[in-house]
Amino acid sequence: MVANVKDKAVIVGVGNTKFSKDSGVSELSLAAQAVKAALDDAGLKPTDLDGFATFTMDANDEIEVARTLGCGDLTFWGRSHYGGGAATGSLHQAVMAVSTGMAECVAVFRALNGRSGHRFSAGVSEGVMTADIIHWGWYMPYGLLTPASWVAMFTQRWMHLTGVTKDALFEVAHTTRNYAVNNPNAFFYQRPFDRAEYDAARMICDPLQLFDCCQESDGASCVIVTTPERARDLRQPGVSVRGVAQAAAPDQEQMTSFYRKEFAAIPEMEIAAKNCYAMSGLKADDIDAAVIYDAFSPIVLWQMEAWGFCGFGESGDFVLDGAMRPDGRLPTNTHGGQLSEAYIHGVNGIVEATKLVRGTSLNQPNKTVNNALVTSGVGIPTGGAILGKMH
Amino acid sequence: MTAEDQKAFEDEIYAFVGREVCPPTPARDDVNNAMIRQWTEIIGDTNPAYTDAAWAAGSARGKTIAPPAMMYVWGQEGFKVTTGRPADAQADLVNLFNKHGYTGVLGTNVRQEYFREVSPGDNVVMTMTIDNISERKTTGRGPGYFFETLATFTNQHGEKIGTQRFKVLKFIPQEQPATAASEQALKVPTRIASVRGHDNGWWWNAVDDGKVLIQRCKDCQTLRHPPRPMCGHCQSMEWDSIESTLDGEVLSYTCVRYPAVPGYPKDPICAVIGLGEGTNLVANVVGCEYSDVFIGMKVKGKVERVDEKTILPQFYPL
Ligand SMILES: [Zn+2]
Repeated sequence: MVANVKDKAVIVGVGNTKFSKDSGVSELSLAAQAVKAALDDAGLKPTDLDGFATFTMDANDEIEVARTLGCGDLTFWGRSHYGGGAATGSLHQAVMAVSTGMAECVAVFRALNGRSGHRFSAGVSEGVMTADIIHWGWYMPYGLLTPASWVAMFTQRWMHLTGVTKDALFEVAHTTRNYAVNNPNAFFYQRPFDRAEYDAARMICDPLQLFDCCQESDGASCVIVTTPERARDLRQPGVSVRGVAQAAAPDQEQMTSFYRKEFAAIPEMEIAAKNCYAMSGLKADDIDAAVIYDAFSPIVLWQMEAWGFCGFGESGDFVLDGAMRPDGRLPTNTHGGQLSEAYIHGVNGIVEATKLVRGTSLNQPNKTVNNALVTSGVGIPTGGAILGKMH
Repeated sequence: MTAEDQKAFEDEIYAFVGREVCPPTPARDDVNNAMIRQWTEIIGDTNPAYTDAAWAAGSARGKTIAPPAMMYVWGQEGFKVTTGRPADAQADLVNLFNKHGYTGVLGTNVRQEYFREVSPGDNVVMTMTIDNISERKTTGRGPGYFFETLATFTNQHGEKIGTQRFKVLKFIPQEQPATAASEQALKVPTRIASVRGHDNGWWWNAVDDGKVLIQRCKDCQTLRHPPRPMCGHCQSMEWDSIESTLDGEVLSYTCVRYPAVPGYPKDPICAVIGLGEGTNLVANVVGCEYSDVFIGMKVKGKVERVDEKTILPQFYPL
């Protein structure tokens, strides 16, 4: 096999900050200065960037650097592991991204206060000040400490704007539970609930009640990915990745993008959807079934809108018409989801999406699923994939 | 205690629900200026409606009134209680708890409601019943029951002026090693502090000084929050700040009910506040019930000490 990246990526700008023993500024400031200097050298603007590559050891989150610089949509970030070994590793990430069209303009950077801040010679004995720790500091003193609390903040506003009610949240949680009731591997196998039980369940963070929240589980899930050539010789029918995308949108934060003009929205998922559809040549009408990330019931609804199954604010009616159910327009989370099968960080969802395409999903016997959607979490930089039958 | 004993004990205590602690009893002294003056001095309430007869004469009421919160004061026994209280249903209930090992006592909260004002010369009549008793609860102090008395106050004409609910926890004190108990007494949990670095430390330091600042680009004047080292619009590194007036509007909110976290108030209301200056800020809404909050509600912020170590902006309904 020959790599096909030759001449498909070029370095067009370079930049350094001042080098010193005591910068007197944050590592985030250093990163922003270096990226800006390289952009200037190349004659480019921050909005020309759509990707970043750095070290896993770097303390600067890409979305923090992007917000600092004033970047637009991001479609790629990649990190290389293993300390100094990541120097050309970060460049490698950027070249792969650009040559494959995942991104058009990637900044490779590394920024550290290696002397005045965390010194490698200190080992792990010193605390490290990261943008991430500072980020959570805007919420922790007020008690906004949990994923449920952050998602509740989005949910309350989204319900206010759209008029969607708890009826729709119940429909998501209830339909998902009914799938789990038939799945022997689900935690809630043969344990249904009804509306009265749903309404009576403990309030977690208004308006999210117990059955709107996923479980916490022990377990593991795995999928093996290989080439089409190789796949043809194996035992199972192949399931191709038709499209796959990652995305962060402007002013992205981790779970708390509360500073956008309208924060009851998930523009990052819309970007992922748009790019997945473009990559695969498919549209929402071509998707026969879905596994939509369900850490909380309302986030399933927002994603249905982001992936174009219905318009903004229409997802409530969409599911209340039975769309998610076994014979609905879009059977969704047919394994019982993370609400009722298990919370394996979405990888159990990839397993189920694969089964949907193979025709082996327990709750979709005798169905032809040409294309199935599977998505990542919401409120964070996210992504999704469309899986289909291998031709 | 066996399940049968437990059931028998609970039957006995729940029989107290609805029983009268005190039949309608007029206060020994009418509402009077001397008591009002002493009470307001101790509380530090300088409202002229309570103590300034000349001012009150020119007010809509035409006379001074007693502070509504004094409602419960008028019927107090006073110095007499040092020689013992007469037996009543509440005393009987407390004795019953004590007999079964529930010797600990903790007043947990008082809630008053006001319907009508009283002035010097009026007489306050109090009636009290045992309103409710909880199921057996596991508490930080030990297993126990909450019981609540309901006092109803009327004036000499039988018109209702207010009510007071007083909740008490009767519990089986948990034995703790003396040292552990004293250490626990010293360590009152506080809220999780925000780490202060180059880019945000100045903001929190200003909060410690009673101010909420908003970072402003020196070149293009764009405001930004949370603070960042560079302007996202013009990439300038130069910035200063303005002080927010803390006039705001609730853009979204939630009540964080579960799990409860040590050091935090129970069921804190968290909100995204749109500040008048145009940036958003996450903070607590206080001074009202969760059910009073709505999207679009106007609020006013104050920077306040919320525990031994923490100073935060808090927002109140207008
Ligand atoms: Zn600017």
